[in-house]
Amino acid sequence: MRLPLSAIVGLVLTGAFLFIGLFAQFIAPYPIDSAVGGVWEGPSAQYWLGTDTIGRDIVSRLIYGAQVTIFVALASSILAFSLGSFLGFFAAVRGGWIDQTLSRVVDLVMAIPSLIVALVMLSVLPLNLTVLILVMGVLDSTRVFRLSRAVAMDITVMDYVEAAKLRGEKQGWIIFREILPNALSPLVAEFGLRFIFAVLFISTLSFLGLGIQPPLTDWGGMVKENKDGLIYGKAAALMPAMAIAALAISVNLVADWILSRTSSLKGGRGG
Amino acid sequence: MADPLLSFKNQATAYPPGEAPRHVVLVDGVSVSVEKGRVLGLIGESGAGKSTIGLSAMAFGRGGVRLTGGQILLNGRDIRAAGQGDLRDLRGKEVTYVAQSAAASFNPAKKLMEQVIETSVAHGVMTKSEAEARAVSLFRQLSLPNPETIGNRYPHQVSGGQLQRVMTAMALCPKPDLVIFDEPTTALDVTTQIDVLAAIKRAIHETGVAALYITHDLAVVAQVADDILVLRHGKMVEYGTTDHIINTPKEAYTQALVSVRSIDHDEKPHAAPVLSVQNVTARYKGTNFDVLKNVTVDVAPGQTLAIVGESGSGKSTLARAITGLLPPAQGRISFAGRSLSTDLAGRTKDDLRELQMIYQMADVAMNPRQTVGTIIGRPLEFYFGLKGAEKEKRIQELLDQIEMGKGFADRYPAELSGGQKQRVCIARALAAKPKLIICDEVTSALDPLVADGILKLLLDLQARENVAYLFITHDLATVRAIADKIAVMFKGQVVRYGQKSDVLTPPFDDYTDLLLSSVPEMELGWLEKVIQTRKMESAGN
Repeated sequence: MRLPLSAIVGLVLTGAFLFIGLFAQFIAPYPIDSAVGGVWEGPSAQYWLGTDTIGRDIVSRLIYGAQVTIFVALASSILAFSLGSFLGFFAAVRGGWIDQTLSRVVDLVMAIPSLIVALVMLSVLPLNLTVLILVMGVLDSTRVFRLSRAVAMDITVMDYVEAAKLRGEKQGWIIFREILPNALSPLVAEFGLRFIFAVLFISTLSFLGLGIQPPLTDWGGMVKENKDGLIYGKAAALMPAMAIAALAISVNLVADWILSRTSSLKGGRGG
Repeated sequence: MADPLLSFKNQATAYPPGEAPRHVVLVDGVSVSVEKGRVLGLIGESGAGKSTIGLSAMAFGRGGVRLTGGQILLNGRDIRAAGQGDLRDLRGKEVTYVAQSAAASFNPAKKLMEQVIETSVAHGVMTKSEAEARAVSLFRQLSLPNPETIGNRYPHQVSGGQLQRVMTAMALCPKPDLVIFDEPTTALDVTTQIDVLAAIKRAIHETGVAALYITHDLAVVAQVADDILVLRHGKMVEYGTTDHIINTPKEAYTQALVSVRSIDHDEKPHAAPVLSVQNVTARYKGTNFDVLKNVTVDVAPGQTLAIVGESGSGKSTLARAITGLLPPAQGRISFAGRSLSTDLAGRTKDDLRELQMIYQMADVAMNPRQTVGTIIGRPLEFYFGLKGAEKEKRIQELLDQIEMGKGFADRYPAELSGGQKQRVCIARALAAKPKLIICDEVTSALDPLVADGILKLLLDLQARENVAYLFITHDLATVRAIADKIAVMFKGQVVRYGQKSDVLTPPFDDYTDLLLSSVPEMELGWLEKVIQTRKMESAGN
C-alpha cells in the first residue's frame, strides 16, 4: 500500500523528534544549564538559534527540552490510555450501576476545565515529574474513557461477545481478547491526538510556572523564560513555540493517516 | 415481437483499475430485453450481478463500478453514451427504482407525500396537486389503508410492508416506462411479503409499466415475472419465459434452484426431553409487556424442535431465556435432567458447555480479529483444557466434520464465504460437545443453495453426534426439512405445538394457516390462489 505524502512527512518528523529526545545528551552541542554566550544573541555559526535570557544556547536547550516534553507527554498519555480505556471497556461490558457511577464521575471531572483542576492540584501537591505525570494522566483519562466506552459499546452488542459470555468467559478475556483487538485502531489514532494535547498542556503548565521546574526545562518553560525578549524584538521565545507547533503538526499528520485507514470512527475527538 | 423498451447487448461492467479489487468483471456478456408492460425477473445468488444489471438500466454503477462495454438501449437510444444532463432527465422520470430496505431509503424527517411526489414535481412531469392526486390513487391501487391521509405520516409511523408499498407508489408516480425492483420483499416477514407482492403485481399490471424484478428467491419471481433471466457469477445461465424456467429448466444450475428447499426428513418418535421449558413468561427490563407468555415446549435428545413465527413473535426471546441472557419472570427450565439456573451467572460450566448457540449473522458471531483456528480452538481450551498438538488435531477433526478440510485454520473470517462462516460457527458449537444447539435463523441470511448445504450438514451432524436442535426460523420450507416437532409462536404465545406431521396437517388455526400459506411455492399462479383462499390477513398489513 502506498503512503500518502502527508503521512510520510508526519512519520519522518515524528521519528526525528523521538530520536532527538532519546539521544539529547549526545546530540546537544552545549550542556543544558551553562551560560555560554551573551544575553539574547542572534543566530550565528556558533549558536545556531542564538542564546536565551541568561546566555544559554537555545539549540541545546530545545534538544533537552524535547526530551522532557516528549517524555512527560508520552508518560501521561500512556497512563491516560491504560486507565481510561480499561475503565471505559469495563463500564461498557458491565453496564448498570458500575457504568452509571464511572460515567457520572467522569462527567463531573470534565465539567470543570482541566487546566483549572490541574492548577489547583499542582499548587497543593509537591511539584515533581511524577506528580505532574499523574495529574495530567488522570485528567486526560476522562476523555479516553468516553471514547473507549463508546467504541466498546458498539462492540459489546456483537454476537461474538455474546457468544463469549455464553461460553462462560471471564470479564478479562472479554475485555482484552474480544473487545480490545477490535477497538485498537480508533484508540491508536486517538492516542496521537491525546499526545498532542498533552504536549500543549504541559507547555501551558510550564508557561504558567507550575510545570517542569529548573534546572530541567521544557518548551513551554522556555517560552516563559524568553517572553520578555519579544518586547525588545528578540526572537528567542519563538523558537520553542515553533518546536511545539512542529511536533503537534507532525504527530497530527500521522494520527490523521491512521484515522483515515480506520473508517469507522471519525468523530469523538476534541479538546 | 414489439420493439423492446430496454435492451442490453453484451453488457460488461467492471471495477475501475487501481482500486482493490482490481479489474473484477462483475457482469459479462449479458444480452436481454424488456418490452413495454412486461416484467423481467433477474435471479441469482449474491454476487451474481443482479443489482449491477438493474442499476445499469439507469446507466448507473454503484461506488467504483463502471460500465465498460456493450450497449444499453432504452426506448431505442443508447444510454451508456448519454451525458450527465440526459441521465438526470432519465433517472426518476423514465426509469425509477425501488430499493430493498424501505426503512433506510426514506428520509425520516419528511412526510411520505412530500417524498412520493418529489421526483414527479422536480422533473416537471406534473404539478404538485396533480402529483398528489396521482399518489393517492396509487396508494389506493396498492391497498394501503387510508389512502387519502397516509401521505401525511412520517416513515416511522407506518409498518415495513406499508413503507415498501409507499416506495412503490413513489416509483410509479412520475409515470415511468420502467421500474427496477431490487429485492423489494426480501426484508419483510413472510406473511407481509405476499401482501406486498400482490400489491406490486397489481400495480404493475394496472399501470402497464415495464419492470425489472430482482430477487434471489425463484418462487417469488415466479409469481410476478413474465420472463426470467438466471444469472451466476455475472454470466447468463438461462433466459426464458417464467413457465419454461420453472417447469422445464434446461441448465443444471437452474434445475438446482428450482428444486431447492425440497429436503425432507422423517420425524423421529416422541422421547423423554433433554430440554424442557415450562410455563416461561419473560419481559425486558423497564417494560410492562410480556414478550413470552406462558411458553411450554420440550426437545428430545437428538431431535429438532422448530420454533416458527414472524418477527416480534418472541422466537429469539425464547432463545435468550433458555440461554440465561434474559432470566424469565416465571416458569422453569430444566436441561439434561437438572434444573437450570435462570440467570447466566448461576450456571455451571457443564450447563454452559452442553447448551450452545449458532447465530443468524455469522459475520458478527465471529471475532474478526481471530483466526478460524482460534475461534474453534477456544471452546476446546476453555472446556476441555486441550493444548498444543492435541488441540490442533481436534480443530482439524472439527474442520473435517464441517467439510472444510485443511488450510482453513489460519484464515480470518473475512477470508471466508457466507456459507463457510456459518460452518465455522457450527464447528465452534460442536467443539463443546453440546447436548443441545440453539440455531437462531441460521440459514436466513444465506443464498438458497448454500442454505440447503447447511441444513444437510446439520442433519448429518445430528445423526452422528446425537445433538438436539432448537431451530428458530420464519421459513416453513426449512422447518419441513429439519424439524421433528414444531411450535408455532404468535405474539409471545405458542399457538400450535406438536409433532411435525400433526402441526402440518389440517385443520389449522387461523395463524398457522396464514403462515403456511405465505411460503411462496414454485408454481405459477400460486399468489392469486393464496390471496383468495387464506383465512386472515397479516398483522403487518
